Amino acid sequence: MRRSLALLAALAVFLPAPGGAQEGAIAFTGARILPISGPEIPNGVLVVQGGRIVAVGRMGAVRVPAGAEVRDARGKVVMPGLVDTHSHIGDGDGGDRSAPIQGDVRILDAIDAEGPSIRRARSGGITTVNVMPGSGHLMSGQTAYLKLRSGHTVQDLLYCHDPLTEICGGLKMANGTNPRGAPPWPGTRAKAAALVRDKFVKAVEYRRKLELAQTDSTKRPDRDLEMEVLVQVLEGKRVVHHHTHRYDDILTVLRLKQEFGFRLVLHHVSEGWKVAREIAAAGVPASIILIDSPGGKLEAMDLRLETGAVIDSAGVLVAYHTDDGITDSRLLLRSAALGVRAGMSPQRALEAVTIAGAKMLDLADRVGTLEPGKDADFLLLSGDPFSVYTHVDETWVEGQRVFDRANTEDRKFATGAFRLMPSETGHHDDDEAMGGDR
Amino acid sequence: MRPRFLATALLAVLAAAPLSAQLAVRADTVYTMAGPPIINGVILIGHRGKIESVGPAARVRIPRGVRVVSGKIATPGLIDAHSVVGLAGARNQPHDQDQLETSDPIQPELRAVDAYDAREVLVEWVRTFGITTLHTGHGPGALMSGQTMVVKTRGGTVAEAMVDSATMVAMTLGPSVSSRFSGKAPGTRAKGIAMLRGTFIKAAEYARKREDPDSGKRLARDLRLEAVARVLDRSVPALITAHRISEIQAALRLQREFGFRLVLDGASESYEVMEEIKAAGVPVILHPTMIRNDGETNSATFETAARLHAAGIPVALQSGYEGYVPKTRVVLFEAAIAAANGLSREAALATITSSAAEIIGQGQRLGSLEVGKDGDVVLFDGDPFEYTTHVCTVVIEGQVVSEHCR
Repeated sequence: MRRSLALLAALAVFLPAPGGAQEGAIAFTGARILPISGPEIPNGVLVVQGGRIVAVGRMGAVRVPAGAEVRDARGKVVMPGLVDTHSHIGDGDGGDRSAPIQGDVRILDAIDAEGPSIRRARSGGITTVNVMPGSGHLMSGQTAYLKLRSGHTVQDLLYCHDPLTEICGGLKMANGTNPRGAPPWPGTRAKAAALVRDKFVKAVEYRRKLELAQTDSTKRPDRDLEMEVLVQVLEGKRVVHHHTHRYDDILTVLRLKQEFGFRLVLHHVSEGWKVAREIAAAGVPASIILIDSPGGKLEAMDLRLETGAVIDSAGVLVAYHTDDGITDSRLLLRSAALGVRAGMSPQRALEAVTIAGAKMLDLADRVGTLEPGKDADFLLLSGDPFSVYTHVDETWVEGQRVFDRANTEDRKFATGAFRLMPSETGHHDDDEAMGGDR
Repeated sequence: MRPRFLATALLAVLAAAPLSAQLAVRADTVYTMAGPPIINGVILIGHRGKIESVGPAARVRIPRGVRVVSGKIATPGLIDAHSVVGLAGARNQPHDQDQLETSDPIQPELRAVDAYDAREVLVEWVRTFGITTLHTGHGPGALMSGQTMVVKTRGGTVAEAMVDSATMVAMTLGPSVSSRFSGKAPGTRAKGIAMLRGTFIKAAEYARKREDPDSGKRLARDLRLEAVARVLDRSVPALITAHRISEIQAALRLQREFGFRLVLDGASESYEVMEEIKAAGVPVILHPTMIRNDGETNSATFETAARLHAAGIPVALQSGYEGYVPKTRVVLFEAAIAAANGLSREAALATITSSAAEIIGQGQRLGSLEVGKDGDVVLFDGDPFEYTTHVCTVVIEGQVVSEHCR
């Protein structure tokens, strides 16, 4: 095992760099750099090459390689590309209305990699995104971790290399009012929890049979797509991303995690401020949505702008997400800034749209900070990241520019333009969204 | 402590007697919206809630004993030029959604005053962000959904909140109507226009026959046609929600045919027909800057407010109608995005103060900090539009209604 890892690492050196095209070094000089992993550098240099970050530091203290293309970035702010832990860009869908638990469904089979919502996300500085199926199910399917490279197919965007053999995302689950309905959907909260427990009990049993089959292959259970996914969850290889709003629903999720031992990220957590200590004690991170007013549904009546600040100070790892189209991928930095308005420290708020999300997606070794060796995913901002007047000027993924505000076509996605976006309406502003998707 | 308090109270009475101010507002910068900003400015508000004096601190003396509230930036109380808050509640359950009646696509007789919940939590929510005035009422979604009104975001009853009880008649063109009245007319855009024209013509006939000197021939009162007739005689404007070019042009065509006062609402494709809008002298209550830009609003841009303003078209911003989350938007935040996308800071402020007041017919009373106008003031601890700035004090007619920075 160890040896094969070493071999892989050795191979990686000779494999083409992520992104491929960027070969020569580029140095961005004179920028205010926010590496997130350390204090800001007022007059800094960022050097990238081969799709990776080569060096970050003060002007004068960083050696710019001979032959590097030097870009004067004075007046700009450079920070890591944003990580959005919860989004619905790419027009993907998950489970259908046939059953409340559909762990076998993969959203990666339904993503439009060239869709306008993906281009819009690049204009908002998002470089890593967890694209999820909806929350109208107890379990709506497998999520996809995407890197917003300029690609034509979902394969070009996936973090994993081969969806046939690798785990390419998490598992989306939900409780509260969204998954409720007539049977086979749960009619009550307790029924919802019972249905999920029942499924996990089956998965525990399936895993036991798999273990027995290691010594006696005749005992191998028939393949079952959903069970295979849940075994990945039980083994901690696939993270559960759980939509939940009300404080008691949050506690129910923590109870399930305690019973089955899966790895978990709580999502939305509108009432997380009421159970901040419990979330912290469970060691579970929270990815939160910031909405401009409470309500819209009963379980979000007690939503607060202060949630991020409160649960962060309780010791919970906090990220903000867009839940695009609930909020707009162009406005993820706005959510973090409003978190600052409501009491979060600026450093934590920056982490909440970068490294915190990367940790939640198990991608912190590759993205989320500006450190040598990490992917060259970064933004050039026109000003302070928390100022409303700041625009994303450029978005770079693995050393390639994927959004340039100076480019007329790109700019349209940042500002909006005549009939640019789809003419069919998404689920979000539909009155029936009450019992619907999110 | 006590004698000192008494002395202060006595002083206050003595000092207050001649000037009658109840509250003084001080700010490093006062955006009056009626002239250049005043540096180190003071606003005195009298006991009847009207502004008695505005000017630099050097010239406006604060009477002794008058309560003083201060901050970095002062603006007029913010105005949401088109909302459904108070008719639409945060819970989003059938019992708190009164902004749209779907039994008939034409019901202009529905009054906002009969459906406004002054104690709705969203009223308080927007007030804490500086919104002191709402133009609220029946929402988009029907050819004529009902009437709108203007209220202050205070008071325990609609009467206490009331500024103007019948402000406009809300109308909507386009497929959002067809989708809500599916299986019934109108099923198309053109049918919707035909139904509206028919209604206007009927109302004109009604008005004529109501005037008949022969009391035997005089028509009986009809609330529906009476409400339309008030649009035709220009007592109240038509507030027409229209997003597509063709819908905006249809609204202008209706106005030409029937001569009513028109306010365009939503208007996400307005930047494609600015000359026509300007020639018609029609103001625009533009969609929220951050509106979701798909479906009917897939042309919406962050820069539309700036473009309309540059073309000389009066423009206000609105929170609009939301079917899900956020149940209401906050116009302060919508204006902020407009300010970051081509609109100057003061022009952006105008979209939620002076320009909004003019468009909703309250330019004489609201929208700027001038002597004689309502003492509605907001204090900020920095640039009003910055994400990290706080609204710290909100004053409505001289009363502090919110003083927690948020």
